[in-house]
Amino acid sequence: MFELEGIFSAVGDFLASFLGAPLLQIVSIIAVAGVVIGFLMVLALFLVWWERKLSADFQVRIGPMRTGPHGVLQTIADALKLLQKEDIVPLTADKKVFFWAPVICFVTCFLAYICMPFGKGLIVRDLNIGILYIVAITTFTVISLLMAGWASNNKYSLLGGMRSAAQIISYEVPLSLSLLGAVMLAQSLSMVTIVQGQGGSFLHWYIWRQPLGFLLYVTAATAEVNRTPFDIPEAEQELVAGYNIEYSGMKFAMFFLAEFINMFTVCAIAATLFLGGWNPPFEFLSFIPSWVWFLGKSLFLVFILMWFRWTYPRLRVDQLMAFAWKFLLPLAFLNIIVTGFLIYLFE
Amino acid sequence: MPSDYAYVGLFLIFGVAFVLITFFFARLLRPSRPNPIKNRSYECGETAVGSAWVQYNVSYYIYALIFVIFDVELVFLFPWAAAYRSLGLFAFVEMFIFIMILVFGLAYAWRKGALKWV
Repeated sequence: MFELEGIFSAVGDFLASFLGAPLLQIVSIIAVAGVVIGFLMVLALFLVWWERKLSADFQVRIGPMRTGPHGVLQTIADALKLLQKEDIVPLTADKKVFFWAPVICFVTCFLAYICMPFGKGLIVRDLNIGILYIVAITTFTVISLLMAGWASNNKYSLLGGMRSAAQIISYEVPLSLSLLGAVMLAQSLSMVTIVQGQGGSFLHWYIWRQPLGFLLYVTAATAEVNRTPFDIPEAEQELVAGYNIEYSGMKFAMFFLAEFINMFTVCAIAATLFLGGWNPPFEFLSFIPSWVWFLGKSLFLVFILMWFRWTYPRLRVDQLMAFAWKFLLPLAFLNIIVTGFLIYLFE
Repeated sequence: MPSDYAYVGLFLIFGVAFVLITFFFARLLRPSRPNPIKNRSYECGETAVGSAWVQYNVSYYIYALIFVIFDVELVFLFPWAAAYRSLGLFAFVEMFIFIMILVFGLAYAWRKGALKWV
């Protein structure tokens, strides 16, 4: 009853009643893109508020309270404020690169949602290379961060941009390797097939057969989205703000939104590959709509990332790189070999 | 039906258009009063010394080179993983050798000090 699939097909039929076939397809894809971007906006506003509330709770403060009940409208007020802020471009900056960096940053994290399985039948398009596509497209962020860091012609932003490039490409390798275990179990790169392979009870979730893969993924993903303890690209005490230091107004807002959307993306991938995606933990709970399970699991992982942020201190840059190459990478290789061996042994 | 990548293309166009339209609306709303002091690049309130476009720490490039090697390897591993069960023992042994060569490469880079931050 509460499955959203029915609503979407009803809207599709309604549009089909007065549009021709080729036009209908284009209109429906654009409508779906609009729905996805609307969802992401609401989600990002919610996550920013949630992070502020959680950080307040962890530090025994109360956080934003004045705008709306418990400050829920705080981020909307912030967004309206940013919309009215003057757009300051440094005189010495490379104007074109400076302009396009936030656009690329936002668009790449939006594109990842084409094959995100929000629920049963609730996916924009089930690409057959699903997970590889998502990993590839989210890594594009690094180009925009480098562009922003370099184009600002500011020493702090250059340092921040270079650091985030080094960090993202270093953690990219163990991140992708840790996903391979789940791909080997599902025998497919398609997100929908991976979720369907974990149906039944929670015992079929890949986290039980890929515990090391899951831990490696969560660690690498935390670094991938530049969050504490791996947040040296934005280390406030040394770099002021990192790559986005010269940005103001809506351009800054795009980086900010992209950061929070990316955080949800990596958590949604973890929920899909290791925690059964939109499958309920028990069969008898399947009366609850599938998208509720997907959102619940993803937001739980987001909560864990936020918990990390307000609990751990930051690593040093050399420790950070050593951790990726000397610890995570050998473990990720080991995980693949052991997984391959066990699959061969038991099947 | 449109192909899978028609979706990617249309989403790309939609996303870029969304950001540009947002920027356009912000432009209508916001003030614009540039002045030479406000538009200087930020350096903790001091006048910036020189340009930021200078020669940079070489460590980053070494990591970038190692990354290219391992990332290309990942591209080989993805199709192997997706077809693993239908390939049998041969695939396991082949990929074991392949991964071992790479692990050996990593150990070599490690030993040579390429993974040391300078």
